[in-house]
Order: sequence, then structure tokens, then C-alpha cells
Amino acid sequence: MALRVREHIIRMSTDGGCFIGASLSCADLMVFLYQKFLNIDPHHLDDPRRDYLFLSKGHDVPALYGTFAEMGWIDAARLKNHLKTSDSLYWHPNRAIPGVEFHAGSLGHLLPVATGVALDCKMRGQKNRIVVITGDGELDEGSNWEALLVAAAYKLDNLVVVVDRNAFQANIATEDLIPLEPLDRKFEAFGAAVTLADGHDFDSLEKAFQQVPFESGKPSVVIAKTLRGKGLPSIEARADRWFCNFSHDEVRQLLAELHGEQQGALTSAPLMVR
Amino acid sequence: MNYEQKLRELVAADERLVVMTAENRAAIRNLPQELGDRFIDTGITEQTMVGAAAGLALRGRIPVLHALAAFLTMRAFEFVRTDAGIPRLPVKLVGGVPGFLSDGNGPTHQAIEDVSLMRGIPGMQVFCPADEADLVLGLPAFLKSPAPVYIRHIGRPAVTEHRPDFEIGKAEVLSQGEDLTIATYGFMVGECLQAASLLRDKGWSVRLLNMRSLKPVDQAALLSAVRETRLVVTVEDHFLSGGLYTVLAETCLRHQVSAPVLPFALSERWFKPGRLEDLMYYEGFTAAQIAGKIHARMNSLHGQRSGRKPANGVLAAKS
Repeated sequence: MALRVREHIIRMSTDGGCFIGASLSCADLMVFLYQKFLNIDPHHLDDPRRDYLFLSKGHDVPALYGTFAEMGWIDAARLKNHLKTSDSLYWHPNRAIPGVEFHAGSLGHLLPVATGVALDCKMRGQKNRIVVITGDGELDEGSNWEALLVAAAYKLDNLVVVVDRNAFQANIATEDLIPLEPLDRKFEAFGAAVTLADGHDFDSLEKAFQQVPFESGKPSVVIAKTLRGKGLPSIEARADRWFCNFSHDEVRQLLAELHGEQQGALTSAPLMVR
Repeated sequence: MNYEQKLRELVAADERLVVMTAENRAAIRNLPQELGDRFIDTGITEQTMVGAAAGLALRGRIPVLHALAAFLTMRAFEFVRTDAGIPRLPVKLVGGVPGFLSDGNGPTHQAIEDVSLMRGIPGMQVFCPADEADLVLGLPAFLKSPAPVYIRHIGRPAVTEHRPDFEIGKAEVLSQGEDLTIATYGFMVGECLQAASLLRDKGWSVRLLNMRSLKPVDQAALLSAVRETRLVVTVEDHFLSGGLYTVLAETCLRHQVSAPVLPFALSERWFKPGRLEDLMYYEGFTAAQIAGKIHARMNSLHGQRSGRKPANGVLAAKS
């Protein structure tokens, strides 16, 4: 399924393009969470006991919608409408799409929002789990750390922060710009219980998530080590293949590459914004 | 009944209501013990408080947030706009010590762009009561409204006896008059009541509007003032840009009318910090200063139009 999600992502990287690198890095995470961990039924989103997944990094909409398509939550044909004004699928999550918990795009917002949801679940004595996927570059935003302080103070062990640790900001490696390491110790210092996992290995994720909450009375953090552009060696871990708007030929070529065929040269311009 | 008592009563009657604060408990100091886990203090984290309030609202709660107006509307602005504004969640923001009430704190604490910022968010309602009684009067309606709301908290004693009827989008007519209209809101209502009285002593018939609901605003009251009185005076402890003066201008343009307008507001500057009564005098916002300027303007308007008896013969004395 994660392979088919990647196909969707690649297909959305043309006719306007998408943030393909960030989408590919968290595709496995997203599939794992929706398929194996979370109790969310898109037909019963108003069930107060269901789980939540807040996608804070925002750029990985193709991974989210691709997962929704594979889960049957959204008609796969609709993904062709990406960026079309006749529909409402754009570069960041749109809350109007069933299953999208909250709009995102401005970084550092959804951990505070999820903290509110977790507070309410606690207040009502419910057992829901509230998962937030954040980027690692996004952790520069102070509001994440504010929210962690609050989550720890209110002992929100129903809150799980998953860091898509692909080691990139937009175009620069995190450790070359604003170093985050030792990231696990930072989270621990803020009162969270931390586990490391391989964000592309379902067994590793399974092992991590079955321990949630890692410690009673503490928010859990899973630092999922990932690779930007995972699945496409020609763009993997490349600073300039963050946002891509490929030609239709390149899309065909990348789909072939995804399925193990030899990689071809990419001709479309890379994007550096800094 | 004060604000805290009214809020307690409303929270007791509606389990959706939760009270939040970014460690600013001045107006709600007894509620932590009484509300239990429906009182949430997030510490000095305006951004997280607003974000978490959106999360609570997603779960069906109606959070009522307390922080200083300057930090609630500015430090957390993007969270208000993005987390409460875009999805139009019923998050209620109660901003403390707005406008001149920050007195000696200095410009960091001066919320004199709060109305401008909050009314600029689509779907956001803005309530600026004259005093605590007015606040208590309007609180149920604004908490019941499905919209996000910004409330300029005023905890001061009643400046007048407000009529019990309250409607979002309706101004309170504190006095009827034909010569001029003073339109104001918030803390300045008290000063304007006195200014109106001074002007009446000079023979002017003064209409005084407590606008209180700045968004939606009572357009009919503003248009009547423009059409029926010769001068409209706006008085606000707010920047000239984006507050009531701007609301009046927008209303006039929309209805293609114009009028002589005299604004009292802070134009392109913060106000001089100091003790409240001193800074108001320094800035020219005391009742006597307001009345003096209006009186002079009325007389000069008189000079431009003939056929009406000057008030108290001042025009004759001047010319």
C-alpha cells in the first residue's frame, strides 16, 4: 500500500507540482498509522472516542491524500484534481476533505491544537490517542516547545508526537542550519518520553507504537528516522528536490524508478528557495 | 453581578464552556477552585492557549480565553487568525487592560490596534463594552454566538445605567440629539457621557452612541447620525486606522454618504504612558478637552452654514 501511496505522490508532482520530498519521507509513517495504529473511521468522524491524526508539517498532503485514496476515504480519481480550482485539493491540508483533522501549512500550529483535543479527551475520561506528525525543521518554531510544556504539565499521555526526522529544513540540512540534536534529550527535558524508530520499517514502527504511552503521565514522542524522497534514488536526500514540478515524461520515468527500473536523468529545474 | 460571577453562572449552565488563561487571572481569580478541570491555565503561552482552544472547540467546547489584550491579539495573532479564524471556531477571546487602561505599562502593553486586527479576521465578532455592567449584559449573547469573538474586557464600574435589552450589532443610544453625534465604545464611553453633558450646557443637542458591538456594527445608527446630525465625532482609545473611525468611513462609502467627522483617536503613535488621568489629559482625551474641541468645531461649522442660531452666541463672539 505504501508503494501505491508513493505512486499517487509522484503523479501529484506535475501540473503545478508538490512537496514531493517531504511527502515521500512520511508516506510509510502515514500508512502505518492509519492502517495499523489509529482507530479512525471517516464515516464516523463525530465519534468522540475515535483517535486523531494531526498533520502539522502540512507539506505532505500528497502522502495524506494518497493514503486516503488507498484506504478508500477519497476517490482516487479525485487526486487528479490537485491544484484545480474546480476542486479543493491544494498544497496544504484542507479541513474540508473528510479525514483531514485540521488545516495546516503554517508550522508549529497543530501540536498546540492537538494539545487542546488531548485536554478535552482527558477531561472526559476518554482513552483516545491523539497523534501529531511534525516535521523536524518545523521544530524550530517555538510554539511546539510551548505546547510540549503545557502537555507535560497536564500529563497528556494520550498525546503522541511523531517527528518525521528526514534531517532537512526546506533546502538545508537541519544540522547545518539550526541543529536539533540531541533531539531525544531535548524532548525528554521538556517532560516527554521518547522512542526512536525507523520511519520506513513497519516492524520498527509497530514495536515503538505498541508501547504508547511510553510512560504514564507523559506525552510520547516517536522520532522516526526517515529519508527525504524515500523510494526515488534520483531525488533521495537532495536539498534541491524539496518542491518539484515534474514534466509528464519525468513522472513516467519516476514511476518506473519507483518500481525498480533504471533511473533516468531529471530535466526539470530543481528548486532552491534560499 | 460582576464579570466573574456572570461567567461562573454561564459555565455552570453550559458544559461546553471552559475557561482558559495564559496565567492572567485578574478577572477570574476565584474560578480555578470552582471550575475544576474546566479551568485551564496554560501558563504564559498565548499562542499555545489559542491553538489548544481551537482543539477544544473541535471537540465541541466553547473556550473563553483570558490574557492581556496586547498579547492575546498580537503575540498570538496568527494562531487566532489561522486556528480560530479560518475554521470559524467559537473561540472567545477576552483581552484585559485594553486601550488607555494599560496606563503606565508603556507601548508593549498598549492594545490600541486590537479592534483593527480582530475585525480584520473574516467571521470574527468584536465586542467593546463600556464598563463591567455592559460587559455582563452582552456576555451571554457573544458566548452563545457560533462565531469567534474578541471582547475588550472592561472591569470598571458602570458609567451609566444600561438598558437591559442587548443585541449583537446594535448600538446603545445613550442620548438622542440633533446637532451632533458622539459615537464611541469601551472605556471612552464614560468620558463621552461627561463631554456630552458639558456640550449640552453650551446649548448643543448631543446624540451619544455606545457602539459596543464593533463587528457586526450598527450601520443604521451610524447612517442616521450622518443623515440627521451635522457632525459625527468618533472617540476611541485606539489607533485612528482600523477602529471606529474606519468603520464609519467604510459605512459611509458603502452607502455613498458623507459627513463632517471629527475623530478622537491615536494617529500613527502610541500614547504617553502614565497614570490614567494624567495620560488622558496629556493625550487630549478628557471630557473637557473632547467637549472643547467639539464645541469649537460646531461653531466653525456654524460659520459655514447660515440660518441657524449659534449656540450661546459663541459664533458672534468669535466673528
